[in-house]
Amino acid sequence: MENNKVIETIGLTKYFYNPAKFQVIKDVNLSINHGEFVSIEGRSGSGKSTLLYLLSTMDTDYEGQLLIHDELITGQPDKNLARIRNEKIGFVFQFHYLLSEYDVLGNVMLPGFKLGKYSKEELEHRAMGHLKTLGIEKHATKKTNQLSGGEKQRVAIARALINDPLIIMGDEPTGNLDKKNGDVVFDIFKTLTQEFNQTILIVTHDPDFANKTDRIITMEDGRIIS
Amino acid sequence: MNYKLILNIAFHLLRARLKQTIVAAVGVTFSIAMFIALVSFMSGLNEMLDGLMLNRTPHILLYNEVKPSENQPLSLSGDYKRNTNFIRSIKPKDRGKSIYNSMSIIKTLKQDKRIIDVAPKVTASVLFNSGTIEIAGFVNGIDIIAEDTLFKISDYIKEGKVTDLSQNNSIIIGKGLSDKMLLSKGDIIKISTSSGNLASLKIVGISEIGIAEIDNVMSYTSLATAQKLLGQNKSYITDIQINLYDKESAVPLSKEFHTAFNLDAIDYQTANSQFETGSTVRSIISYSVGIVLLIVAGFGIYNILNMMIYEKMDSIAILKATGFSGNDVKWIFISLSIIIGLTGGIFGLVFGYVFSAIIDVIPFETTSLPTVKTYPIDYNIVYYSIGITFALFTTIISGLFPALKASRVDPVEIIRGK
Ligand SMILES: Nc1ncnc2c1ncn2[C@@H]1O[C@H](COP(=O)(O)OP(=O)(O)O)[C@@H](O)[C@H]1O
Ligand SMILES: [Mg+2]
Repeated sequence: MENNKVIETIGLTKYFYNPAKFQVIKDVNLSINHGEFVSIEGRSGSGKSTLLYLLSTMDTDYEGQLLIHDELITGQPDKNLARIRNEKIGFVFQFHYLLSEYDVLGNVMLPGFKLGKYSKEELEHRAMGHLKTLGIEKHATKKTNQLSGGEKQRVAIARALINDPLIIMGDEPTGNLDKKNGDVVFDIFKTLTQEFNQTILIVTHDPDFANKTDRIITMEDGRIIS
Repeated sequence: MNYKLILNIAFHLLRARLKQTIVAAVGVTFSIAMFIALVSFMSGLNEMLDGLMLNRTPHILLYNEVKPSENQPLSLSGDYKRNTNFIRSIKPKDRGKSIYNSMSIIKTLKQDKRIIDVAPKVTASVLFNSGTIEIAGFVNGIDIIAEDTLFKISDYIKEGKVTDLSQNNSIIIGKGLSDKMLLSKGDIIKISTSSGNLASLKIVGISEIGIAEIDNVMSYTSLATAQKLLGQNKSYITDIQINLYDKESAVPLSKEFHTAFNLDAIDYQTANSQFETGSTVRSIISYSVGIVLLIVAGFGIYNILNMMIYEKMDSIAILKATGFSGNDVKWIFISLSIIIGLTGGIFGLVFGYVFSAIIDVIPFETTSLPTVKTYPIDYNIVYYSIGITFALFTTIISGLFPALKASRVDPVEIIRGK
């Protein structure tokens, strides 16, 4: 069972100093197990996004400890953090952040090239597989600006999946989408956990979305209250 | 680090901003091309002018200067050794301009391995007479073959041949002289020397160096004719002209010959120091213009990269989020500037060569350099190497600051902003 914890935090605390010193994250202890579909819910401003960026290793300005797969992340140099993100974390944000210079397939494969584990052909094959799962394989060679919002978000999910990450993190991934597309994206996440045992952590302020996940972490004022 | 991937991303970013990229690269191309054309032309000019000077000036000239004795009789006296002596109204001693023991000196010099050739010369100031007019001028008695190997004098003979001087009592006069005195080839010219000797010489040719001051007063005869004209014997020589294999060694060698033969010696650099200054100034001008152009091009690159970073904040953020380190991002932007610098620079080399070639065929005729028909260009691989090195150096420097900025972009800040 040792390896079952994907992410663990011990006494995670963060302050913002601008405009005045205030504590956004207050002594957060949490752990997420392998295969869980977890949502972080709470009112706007309660610190959900801030917490997620701490977990993502991109924000290193905090107190306490962060462990991914029992490896202490806190204090590691930028280069290692980048490698960990590349290998172990897939991101989906509210905005898709696709690179307009690459086509759909290129965008999906880019983190894979960075990892360098698979050859170009293998990567292409894998990327096409993900696009197929997400139902957008016919757009593979299109430019990103020729896609709809929902399709772009699905490409972003495919990009998050390309390196078989330990965990997928999302900050309001359905926030920019209408109800129908939002449901499509939710169903994709659901399928990923059910069929591929994928660990997923999604920040949302949409109670409907949260209620459909396996576990809800509720935040208030920088604290986890349930 | 995965260079292929980094280059791939850099190329994709460039392709999306093709127009600005081209403008930035053209800036580099232009400055490198101008730099190369300018330096090649200036250096060509320098070489031509050096040639102009060296065609007429021996690397080392040995002669007797008219000057007072360095050791006045008083200094030989033991009684006044410890005193400070004032001697007024010293007059130069007339040792004559003749070089004592010239034959053996020339023989020694001709055996010296460092010397290409030695050309003895007799110079005399004379009066040229024609009808009632008298014109002051000079006669150069020259060793025809040696003079031609050292100074290519035949290039400047407009009519006749320099070898015709081997005939007795023949002379080649400057174009200015012939115009003034209405004398042409085949005529007889009367010459009187300062010691009162009179001679009639036959004009076998006209010379034109292209400098009126010289063409108006100068004439050439053979050594023997000049010696006879002055009433001197065959060992009478006033100047010994020496050309060296290594002309840079002229300064030390002239000192050596000065002490060895007890003669005055002057090297070509001292004799023509103003030429060196001109060459240096021309080089400085062309290098500084080139550097200024490159700095301007550098700012162009700095600008486009800065702009690109502001436009591509989102891309930088997601690259970092998906596992590219700050270092990777830095190298992406440094590669961008290297790509711009390298393509711009290589085209710059090509255009620099083309511009030089164009200048090279523009007609440029001057009587002082009969062999020069077009503007001179010095095609030298060194300038091309300097050009491409400069190009890469400036583009990398100007790309470095934007690249460092990009590497420090905080993805959280960007992603939160949306
Ligand atoms: N860079 C920042 N500097 C100062 N305060 C910030 C910064 N980013 C967020 N905040 C504040 O931190 C609190 C938590 O923000 P956030 O984590 O985005 O909340 P949520 O995602 O739950 O809406 C908010 O009060 C917000 O105003
Ligand atoms: Mg938020």
